[in-house]
Amino acid sequence: MKAIELLAVVVLLPFLAAPLAAWSARYNRFAAAWVAGGATLLALALFVWICFVQGGAMPVATHHAWIESIGLSFGFRLDGLSLLFTGLILVIGLLIVIYARYYLSPGDSMGRFFAYMMMFMGSMLGVVLSENMINLVIFWELTSLASFLLISYWQHRKEARYGARLALAITGSGGLALLGGVLILGHIVGSYELTDVLASGELIKNHELYAPALILILLGVFTKSAQFPFHFWLPNAMAAPTPVSAYLHSATMVKAGIFLLARFFPALAGTEMWVIIVSTAGLITFMLGAYTALFRHDLKGLLAYSTISHLGLITLLFGFGTPLAAVAGIFHIINHATFKASLFMVAGIVDHETGTRDMRRLGGLIKYMPHTAALGMIAAMAMAGVPLFNGFLSKEMFFTESVRVAGDLGPVWLLPILVSLGGLLSVAYSLRFVHDTFFGKPDGDLPKKPHEPPGMMKRPVDLLVVLCLAVGILPALVVGPLLHVAVTGVLQDTPPDYSLALWHGFNLPLLMSAVALVGGLLIYLFRAPIFRWHAHSLAHLDARVVYNRLMELLMRGGAGVTAMVDNGRLGRIVIMTLVFSLLAGLVGYFHAAGLPGVQAAMNRGGVEDSGDWVTWLGILLIIVATVVTVVGHRQRLFALITMSVVGLGVAMIFARFSAPDLAMTQLSVEVVTMILLLLALFYLPQQSRKLSSPGRRWRDAGIATLVGGGIATLTYAIISRPFESISGYFMDHAVPGGGGHNVVNVILVDFRGYDTFGEITVLALAALGIFAMLHDLSLPSSRRDPFGRAWSDDPHPLMLRTFAQIILPLTLMFGIYVFLRGHNEPGGGFIAGLIVASALVAQYMAHGIETTENKLHLPIHGILGAGLLIALITGLVSMVFGVPFLTSAFTHLDLPVIGDIEIASAIAFDLGVFLVVVGSTMLILLNLGRLTDHAVEHPDYASIEASPASTQGRGGRDA
Amino acid sequence: MTNLAISLLIGVLTGAGVYLVLRAQTFPVVLGLTLMSYGVNLFLFTMGRLHTAAPAVVGATGQSADALPQALVLTAIVIAFAMTAFVIVLALKARAALGNDHVDGTHIAQANRVIDRHEEPRA
Repeated sequence: MKAIELLAVVVLLPFLAAPLAAWSARYNRFAAAWVAGGATLLALALFVWICFVQGGAMPVATHHAWIESIGLSFGFRLDGLSLLFTGLILVIGLLIVIYARYYLSPGDSMGRFFAYMMMFMGSMLGVVLSENMINLVIFWELTSLASFLLISYWQHRKEARYGARLALAITGSGGLALLGGVLILGHIVGSYELTDVLASGELIKNHELYAPALILILLGVFTKSAQFPFHFWLPNAMAAPTPVSAYLHSATMVKAGIFLLARFFPALAGTEMWVIIVSTAGLITFMLGAYTALFRHDLKGLLAYSTISHLGLITLLFGFGTPLAAVAGIFHIINHATFKASLFMVAGIVDHETGTRDMRRLGGLIKYMPHTAALGMIAAMAMAGVPLFNGFLSKEMFFTESVRVAGDLGPVWLLPILVSLGGLLSVAYSLRFVHDTFFGKPDGDLPKKPHEPPGMMKRPVDLLVVLCLAVGILPALVVGPLLHVAVTGVLQDTPPDYSLALWHGFNLPLLMSAVALVGGLLIYLFRAPIFRWHAHSLAHLDARVVYNRLMELLMRGGAGVTAMVDNGRLGRIVIMTLVFSLLAGLVGYFHAAGLPGVQAAMNRGGVEDSGDWVTWLGILLIIVATVVTVVGHRQRLFALITMSVVGLGVAMIFARFSAPDLAMTQLSVEVVTMILLLLALFYLPQQSRKLSSPGRRWRDAGIATLVGGGIATLTYAIISRPFESISGYFMDHAVPGGGGHNVVNVILVDFRGYDTFGEITVLALAALGIFAMLHDLSLPSSRRDPFGRAWSDDPHPLMLRTFAQIILPLTLMFGIYVFLRGHNEPGGGFIAGLIVASALVAQYMAHGIETTENKLHLPIHGILGAGLLIALITGLVSMVFGVPFLTSAFTHLDLPVIGDIEIASAIAFDLGVFLVVVGSTMLILLNLGRLTDHAVEHPDYASIEASPASTQGRGGRDA
Repeated sequence: MTNLAISLLIGVLTGAGVYLVLRAQTFPVVLGLTLMSYGVNLFLFTMGRLHTAAPAVVGATGQSADALPQALVLTAIVIAFAMTAFVIVLALKARAALGNDHVDGTHIAQANRVIDRHEEPRA
């Protein structure tokens, strides 16, 4: 196996570690941290090894087919950009795991935390290492989900739940947009593989679908990376534990959007549209974030807005669309990840040791925690862009690029002034972060007496801060090679010449840096009036208000639509469905004129249509019985009897028109249905009351007539046209392929055996559901009929008992006969099952349930289960022989006396069907019948619904 | 003629089913569902066209009816029975829980209010 194939393992390792971490925490709280740390370290080692083996041979991609018909493959890709991000995710991830181990308090579930953390890590690795774009989108969505779980980690806090929902709503809808964009992109290129997409930049940019693809992808980018106007979810995500904020919401996940900008840079960037949209969003976000950060009193709030601002800065750089700007953007990604993760961890330490993050209360901490203060100051200076720290270098590059492209974007002075202003604000808030926390005096008593945190909590920060300095002082040496590789990955080309030196001489960017530093200092010194002005004029502006309003509208709109369609009344829902179908049918009917349409076919007549008067008379009889059922439906027993006439008539029609199997099925189902309905009627009122007004009844009759007329027309239109049946295949293959002559049965147990398997499962489920519903049910019932007469006092008459006993062996024998002949003659498992079931039910009716049970000892649940099991095993056996599920085999046996017979494996499957049908039918009928033993006489019930004497009272509403 | 008659029958069965399904008590609704499933089964069956004396058994007669809709309808009949049973038991359960057999699952007091609203003027 080539080393590159192991990339999948790097991605999957954290996913494997997630359940392990959750499980191990049950035995030892800290085991979860060890598992998470170990998995991260392992993944990191593996990744480094892969990169080492691979050497300079990049980009390289693997590809495993997954669902090829939709262009989905399971493929991973290694190039400079994914290398950089994978490194960031794993290294910072490892540091965060160590930090979180000390950060979480004993009350917090370690298992849950690290399991979520690992899920996130795996998803994020999947995003940056994916070769297939759909694959990428799946991992992208997984990061949103993991972020949701982590933000809401402290589930008991309202703001955590709100923040999690907000983040999911924004990033989740962005993910949908991204999917749309990616699909369009795949459509343009004809492939979802990044290798192909990145090589087709010219094709994509000149395609007419470029604009929608770009806008959709940018929606994904902007929501994920908290760009204006979608930035407001990020500050609310700060309700998460601080390690999460440091990891997801500053170093990695929010960079996923920017990663995508970089990823698609060769394919999408450089057009006028790209420059306008991306740089505008970036610039606004950069300024707005920097401004708002200054006025946050919460340490994490300040950092959140500062993160937004820096994300805007990077977006702006990519928006310039030039290779040099991309270099600066990548460089700033690295720098921001190091200093911002450090700052978050410092904020976490301060919170952890003092009990508050409010800068108005904090102060003077340098006395108590000098080490932490030093870390915070170094990282903050990097954030402010002070020389000798890494932030200075990338900010210089940013200023340089702004000056370079300024002429193309409005007046030549505008962009440099704006970005200097942004830089100035970031100096001011960095200063505030340090000064308000570590200097000055605390305002009153702090919740806890502050002291230095455990050493291991500081080690991760130490490392990152050393990196900030090392990069800042010796950039070419420390970060040069990595940057070169990453930029090559972004551009998919040799990088342009750039200089990583600290000193570039006296020039405009240096002047801008100086202005920013001095100006920031001045603003901080004279902050009091500015704060007052802000509190007066702008503080109340909040993008969440718009979001909340929108959400409320959405909810109310949804509730409104639901209420319109579904008012909780069955009638309304049925009518809506019917009327809608009618309208749809009518539209289709009148538009079919263009096709060789329905009307033409109806006029033409088409096929010959003759018949005999016996059939017509039979059909007329059924129609009459149907009408009588409807007219007399309020007398329930009467309606039931007339309806059974309809059922029998339908069976006759099946018999008349060459469907013996259907006729037998219908006949036996009719029997069990009648028993069922009679049993049910025992517990229900014997008569229906007139609940609806005449107007309503006429309306219902109108709808019924329209629907019936529509169906009749449709049926006639179809069957009066000539057609070519698709059953030829089944007819031709029934004997050679299925070993049976009865094509209907062969279709059921062989050709479409899998469908039948589904159907008997449904049957079994329905029976079990009924069994569960009837459990412990006690129903009021009446001991009298509607005319006040008592039921017969002999429930098991002698005649019935004797007759049932005689008929049992005969019916059973007949059932078995029908079953055995089923494959070649009309019959089969379904019909035999129904026949046997009705024979058995007759016994229970004649002798009473308990008596019969004691005699027969039928394990009904067992029969049901055995049936399903036999059907399943028959299917699986064919898999053992290496053919698909339920492939049947058959052979000819030459037995003495009996002669040549055909044995098909399908008969075993049919046996399963048979048993399931017997079991289900018995289960339903017996359990319903058993209720009669517990039925209680309900006085009210009798007086309201059964006794004619009460017709003057409430029962007067009876028909 | 036969085609016309059977189309008419399917229409009547469906229409009758629809009317009963729109009633407000459970039992007529179950009757309606049963009638409707007769109609639907016949509809599916006739899609294979009507043939007399031609069962879909290889070698039985010279020609044969369309086997595919028959196979579909066979399972549909059995499933329709299971569905009817399920619905009627649901109705019983609702009756036990709510004390009435109104389809909308309302409590007796509420059901009576509904009844009052629809009550016809006494003759």
